[in-house]
Amino acid sequence: MSRKISMKQAINEALDLEMRRDPTVIVMGEDIVGGTGAQGEDDAWGGVLGVTKGLYAKHGDRLMDTPLSESAYIGAAVGAAACGLRPVAELMFLDFMGVCFDQIFNQAAKFRYMFGGKAETPVVIRGMVGAGFRAAAQHSQMLTPLFTHIPGLKVVCPSNAYDAKGLLIQSIRDNDPVIFCEHKNLYGLECEVPAESYAIPFGEANVLRDGDDVTIVSYGLTVHRAMEAAATLVKDGTEAEVIDLRTLSPIDWDTIVESVERTGRLVVVDEAHPRCNLATDIAAFVGQNAFGALKAGIQMVTAPHTPVPFAPSLEDLYVPSADSIASAVKRTLSPKGASPRIAA
Amino acid sequence: MAQNPFPLGKDELLKAYRTMRTIREFEERLHVDFAKGDIPGFVHLYAGEEACATGIMMHLNDNDRIASTHRGHGHCIAKGVDVHAMMAEIYGRSTGACRGKGGSMHIADLSKGMMGANGILGAGAPLICGAALAAKVRGDRGVGITFVGDGASNQGTFLESLNLAAVWNLPVVFVVENNGYAESTAMEWAVSCDSYVDRATGFGMPGVTVDGTDFFAVYEAAGEIIRRARDGGGPALLECNMVRFYGHFEGDAQTYRAKGELEAIRASRDCLTILSERVVEAGVIGRDELQAIDREVNALIEDATRAAKAAPLPAPEDLLRDVYVAY
Repeated sequence: MSRKISMKQAINEALDLEMRRDPTVIVMGEDIVGGTGAQGEDDAWGGVLGVTKGLYAKHGDRLMDTPLSESAYIGAAVGAAACGLRPVAELMFLDFMGVCFDQIFNQAAKFRYMFGGKAETPVVIRGMVGAGFRAAAQHSQMLTPLFTHIPGLKVVCPSNAYDAKGLLIQSIRDNDPVIFCEHKNLYGLECEVPAESYAIPFGEANVLRDGDDVTIVSYGLTVHRAMEAAATLVKDGTEAEVIDLRTLSPIDWDTIVESVERTGRLVVVDEAHPRCNLATDIAAFVGQNAFGALKAGIQMVTAPHTPVPFAPSLEDLYVPSADSIASAVKRTLSPKGASPRIAA
Repeated sequence: MAQNPFPLGKDELLKAYRTMRTIREFEERLHVDFAKGDIPGFVHLYAGEEACATGIMMHLNDNDRIASTHRGHGHCIAKGVDVHAMMAEIYGRSTGACRGKGGSMHIADLSKGMMGANGILGAGAPLICGAALAAKVRGDRGVGITFVGDGASNQGTFLESLNLAAVWNLPVVFVVENNGYAESTAMEWAVSCDSYVDRATGFGMPGVTVDGTDFFAVYEAAGEIIRRARDGGGPALLECNMVRFYGHFEGDAQTYRAKGELEAIRASRDCLTILSERVVEAGVIGRDELQAIDREVNALIEDATRAAKAAPLPAPEDLLRDVYVAY
């Protein structure tokens, strides 16, 4: 049975289904139950944005509120994973990674390699990413390139409710540490989602739109901006292929390269900062592996090399827009060498 | 034979002595071979601190888990990690505990409940909270022990973990191995409180300070708080005051020490001497029995060293192996 639900509900449903299926799945985080130890109702919040609301009533103590102490509880999730549980730890805003990153990149990510293949650390660390929420510099970042840089971590960033459910179920079943990035501006977005359980394999991009003139690659919120751009480009007779990466590590190189070999043009859209991000990574890979197919210079559309501003008027300029993506596509359609230099 | 005045039977006493002697011999051998340039990287030796690891680990089984430090060889040996696999690991060989990919600072054997030495100071404390949580969820009566030095006792991870363990009532024992120095910096200067017992009290858990060179003192104090944790009584902190016979790492000239300090601690605070004198003087164990163990341990370490040096290096393709379970 399929019905329309939001990405927030889809994530809740994935957690519920996996907790029912596997008694080793536990969920922890700050206020994920809400109101623990307080006088009011139990399960008062279900997370600051209500993503885990109602799970405590179904699963009891397998949902654990934590002290406001990210290093301790993220590390505890990692340690519990190395000892046979499958913890899902909510980090609320992934910007908070700064205070607990050691437990992720020096511990969880390295156990398997450093211990000679004798450890498994099936932990999921999930939380919000992305701008557009008027939440300013420390609650709005797209830090995905920090995570994809680290061998041993897997990185997931869904763009819709269907993918969020299937990818989170896969993340919980996966035997490696997974950073699950939830764009806060997609939580309310609804689409058709089956009620039953299903897993979407990692490393399989989703081609959202077929086209032969240009390939647009993105993930998360900017996938939707890319689709808007593609819709406007049709008026000029340009058919864009839009690829939603879904998982950033592993990444589906085959689908990207196959598409560029057909279209000859590539625009990569990334909400992260412009240096050493997914866009530069993909541009370099295509430059190295499909140079002969390119009819124009690769274009990158990213956030600027600035922190995320608070003022709504500035933040709206910060996130790549459909217009900026459409302009980038037009640059790839100009004669070779005619592209203006784009400041990073 | 005299009546045994100790809290352990003769076999257990011999086992404790053998463990401590094995650690000492392992470290002394590394001290010699490192100076010859035989060992890659750098090593941090546990010599002088053997009574602490041994007195605690005598209470544990393979179901209990420990998170160690950069100075982890003693914890590994006392927790039952194979000495041959450890030596091979330190030599970077494919027969090593981590197939040569971890080295001295990352020796682990999860099958023995040894969750790894750790190059990041204080990082073991949150991890052991997770191990203890797993034991609690499973209801298997397992406990978690995390070790920090006096240096890492100032890390936020350690202090946060004290709080988390207390709030979640986890079966964890936090062991502060206070050897007086964080690398070269004196504990008296770097730790703001006078006593770790005060620090434990501040986090709502009992704290105990013992002479970490006295095996029996460690054994008895650890036994009580480990039993308490196992029975659901919650976390506790154990401070062991001890001495480090070598530098922070091998090659450390130890210019920060007072004149005569090393000679003095070796003469009066050698935990192996203290243990052997007590059991021999009590008439429970004969000196010849200890000497027999010494000979066996010497042979073991010699064999482990010879085997490590002769063992194959990791294969070039191992560079890319085991980053993920599946990718």
